[in-house]
Amino acid sequence: MAQIIQSGKKGGKKRAKRILPHMDMTPMVDLMMLLITFFMLTTSMSKPKVMDITLPDRVTDPEKQEAPRISASRTLNILLGPDNRVFWYPGGVKPEEYDNPPPLMETDFSPDGIRQLLLERNRTLFRTINEYRDRVIRGEIRISQDSLQGAIRELKNIDDTGPIVLIKAYKEANYGNFVDILDEMNICGIARYTFVDIAWYEERMVEIASNISASSAY
Amino acid sequence: MSKVRLPKSSPTIDMTPMVDTFAVILIFLMLTATMASPEPATVDTPFSISEKPIPDANFMTFLISTDGKVFMNFDNGPDTLFQFRPKILAEMGNRYGIEFTDRQLREFQTYPSSMGVRMEDMTAFLDTQDANARKELQVGIPLDSANNQLAMWIQYARMVNPNIQACIKGDSDVEFPVVQRVLNILQDLNVKRFSLITSLAAVKINLEEIQQ
Repeated sequence: MAQIIQSGKKGGKKRAKRILPHMDMTPMVDLMMLLITFFMLTTSMSKPKVMDITLPDRVTDPEKQEAPRISASRTLNILLGPDNRVFWYPGGVKPEEYDNPPPLMETDFSPDGIRQLLLERNRTLFRTINEYRDRVIRGEIRISQDSLQGAIRELKNIDDTGPIVLIKAYKEANYGNFVDILDEMNICGIARYTFVDIAWYEERMVEIASNISASSAY
Repeated sequence: MSKVRLPKSSPTIDMTPMVDTFAVILIFLMLTATMASPEPATVDTPFSISEKPIPDANFMTFLISTDGKVFMNFDNGPDTLFQFRPKILAEMGNRYGIEFTDRQLREFQTYPSSMGVRMEDMTAFLDTQDANARKELQVGIPLDSANNQLAMWIQYARMVNPNIQACIKGDSDVEFPVVQRVLNILQDLNVKRFSLITSLAAVKINLEEIQQ
């Protein structure tokens, strides 16, 4: 490439050079190294990832607002509280209990906390999905990667044992918590979850819970 | 024992293969390079297990910084073939009674990162080349109900490019009400599916462990 090889006897008159001319390539190599380093440092190789989420219709008219009609036994409410704390309670709150709401349970974002809680309730579906995935890996089911996602979605759709998770954020929660909790839903393979606005009595529940725990902690 | 004779002349190494390799790597990097464009605010995205990469085109990003400012970007930096960016700006100009020159539209088209400029300041922002002056004008897009420019941006972006997809890129420490506000604006405009930009984190669950 960089060596110029002169053809031997051309025309017969000219004498061929015995020694090949050498080019000093060190400066070129230096420059190339520099450019490579520059490009390697400025290139963002890994593209950021995205997590898809779908929100329900927002009802702005307070007259039409009503609690979602879902079975209370499967419902799990997760409330994102201040200072990265997370609370939960099962079922719903009856209107007569609004002034004296049931206490909240506290958990955390560690694998032993919220993940354990969700997986315990979602065990059947989680196991079905895992077994399906294993069979695909072992080659018992031949399916492309794209259809695998679709098949898992189908498994989630027909599931009727897993929890229905309602995620609510208290006003002092932060965005990181929100992503964390949605991520937990994906990790645990929760089929039905949605993000809803927090109700006023739930705000009070969080306030009571965080105050009580705060005072008992000191 | 015969003595090993060292050649008099200095040994030369043939660097041609090395140069060839370097040239190949360099060309590869140059072709695949997508410049990491500097954002107006540093944002540490939260982690998730999602492995879906961000789309190449047809998306708008809302950048939410720690101090609650909202910035917006279409197709992240340089425009695609369809040239949606100047069209969106022209529509916004119509709405707010601002006439943009061709030069300003071109400036908007090639601006490499997110913007959080009020429409009133947009002409000044596009005219100046001074980085500090530009930074001063980046006050975040107004999103209160009296002057909801963010909603207008979304509306015109969707009008110009019906396939546009919404992505939210927020810092982990952003107060939730700001995010909630953006989500509500999106919901009010009937955007119900959108993506949250995250960094990848691997999580492994051991099913046996959980069942104990």
